[in-house]
Amino acid sequence: MSEERNELNRNLAQMLKGGVIMDVTNVEQARIAQEAGAVAVMALERVPADIRKEGGVARMSDPKMIKEIKAAVTIPVMAKARIGHIVEAQILEALGIDYIDESEVLTPADDMFHLDKRAFSIPFVCGARNLGEALRRIGEGAAMIRTKGEAGTGNVVEAVRHMRTMMSEIRRLQNLPKEERMTFAKEIGAPFELVEEVAELGKLPVVNFAAGGIATPADAALMMQLGSEGVFVGSGIFKSQNPAKRAKAIVQATTYYNDPKIIAEVSEDLGMSMEGIELSQIAPEERMAQRGW
Amino acid sequence: MNNVTIGILALQGSVIEHRSRLEQIAGVTVVEVKKTEEIDRVDGIILPGGESTTIGKLLREFGLFAPLKARIEAGMPVWGTCAGLILLAKEIVNEPAPHLAVMDIAVRRNAYGSQLDSFATRAAIPEVAKEEIPLVFIRAPWIERVGQDVTVLCRVDGQIVAARQGNMLATSFHPELTADLSFHGYFVNMVQESRGN
Repeated sequence: MSEERNELNRNLAQMLKGGVIMDVTNVEQARIAQEAGAVAVMALERVPADIRKEGGVARMSDPKMIKEIKAAVTIPVMAKARIGHIVEAQILEALGIDYIDESEVLTPADDMFHLDKRAFSIPFVCGARNLGEALRRIGEGAAMIRTKGEAGTGNVVEAVRHMRTMMSEIRRLQNLPKEERMTFAKEIGAPFELVEEVAELGKLPVVNFAAGGIATPADAALMMQLGSEGVFVGSGIFKSQNPAKRAKAIVQATTYYNDPKIIAEVSEDLGMSMEGIELSQIAPEERMAQRGW
Repeated sequence: MNNVTIGILALQGSVIEHRSRLEQIAGVTVVEVKKTEEIDRVDGIILPGGESTTIGKLLREFGLFAPLKARIEAGMPVWGTCAGLILLAKEIVNEPAPHLAVMDIAVRRNAYGSQLDSFATRAAIPEVAKEEIPLVFIRAPWIERVGQDVTVLCRVDGQIVAARQGNMLATSFHPELTADLSFHGYFVNMVQESRGN
């Protein structure tokens, strides 16, 4: 990938800022998401809550389904490839979608290595729990980062933890004298040049969204107040009682995240939210956020 | 030069990018516009890049649509980049309804294709800058037709990508994503002139 292509791919993420990207599993859901004001849709076969419930190996979706969704909406379409699955990523690029999520929500195809994202022209978003993980992914060519959170739980606690961790590491880095940056880079396992860039910018060099467990308008606004530049909502919408209404409310709360009166209004009468899972009920080896290296 | 206050519609999209460009120009106060009362405070407004469907819905849902349209029709300078251009157009090709419908142009959304078709180029735009400037197109629209009161400012590969109609400026590319300040300077001039400089 040329530097120019890399920049164009980062630029598309900039255009998504302040918006909501929604998981959809069919054309009808994609239309509901677009009608609610989503800035993009993530096409996948099963939302994380179902992957968690049903178990088995979770893979890239059927290209036919992705093409149908692409044809049904005008907003950008994203789809997930397994961590390290070079060919799934090649297939998604060949389909001409707009973004690939190299995602821990699917079962990893490689337990050692992520994709060399610079080998592609299409942009990638990757999950991260902390600054080191984010910068390793950006080093590999990711054009956008999201927190991992814990997908399919409807429990925002892990997304909060990951966003707070990243923000506090960035603040710490900014306050370090220059001679301490190399050791900092070594400690967090990140490329030195990117550590330098973050120290100067005071933020990641790419757009940073929140994902994993966001289920309510208040959750979305919370992530925005913590410094997220937008949100992904997976199971939270289509596993709730009234997806269209909830989707619209989450979009509105993401834009007006600093306005409690508006968030209160849009949070009214949304029906049942998705059933959540307390994190202590999930065995460590079943946590999706642990996938990725 | 008198000081001017320029708003950036801040519902979604490339808001901070426009802000950081405007802040490099002397005599400009920047206001992020999310509420109706903020529309009254500005001398001109930028409609940024982003998703036009999202921004168009939020404009209507939070009562910004009518006051914004009224001020533009009353002569307030406005500049739409990419999604902002789509919001201004009187016609969106292959779609039933336009948004603000103030500018006499027909626009084709995602005209170039998907993200893989996004591109950067350079062009000379004599009205705006003496030298060639960088142009960044991200899932960009183009302008398919213009009315007789519209001046075409730039074509790329035969397609219209920048135009002006009186107080309205529209670009399918994103000057806010480059370091070049020509377009922001040009728009600040439009706002200053409308204030009777």
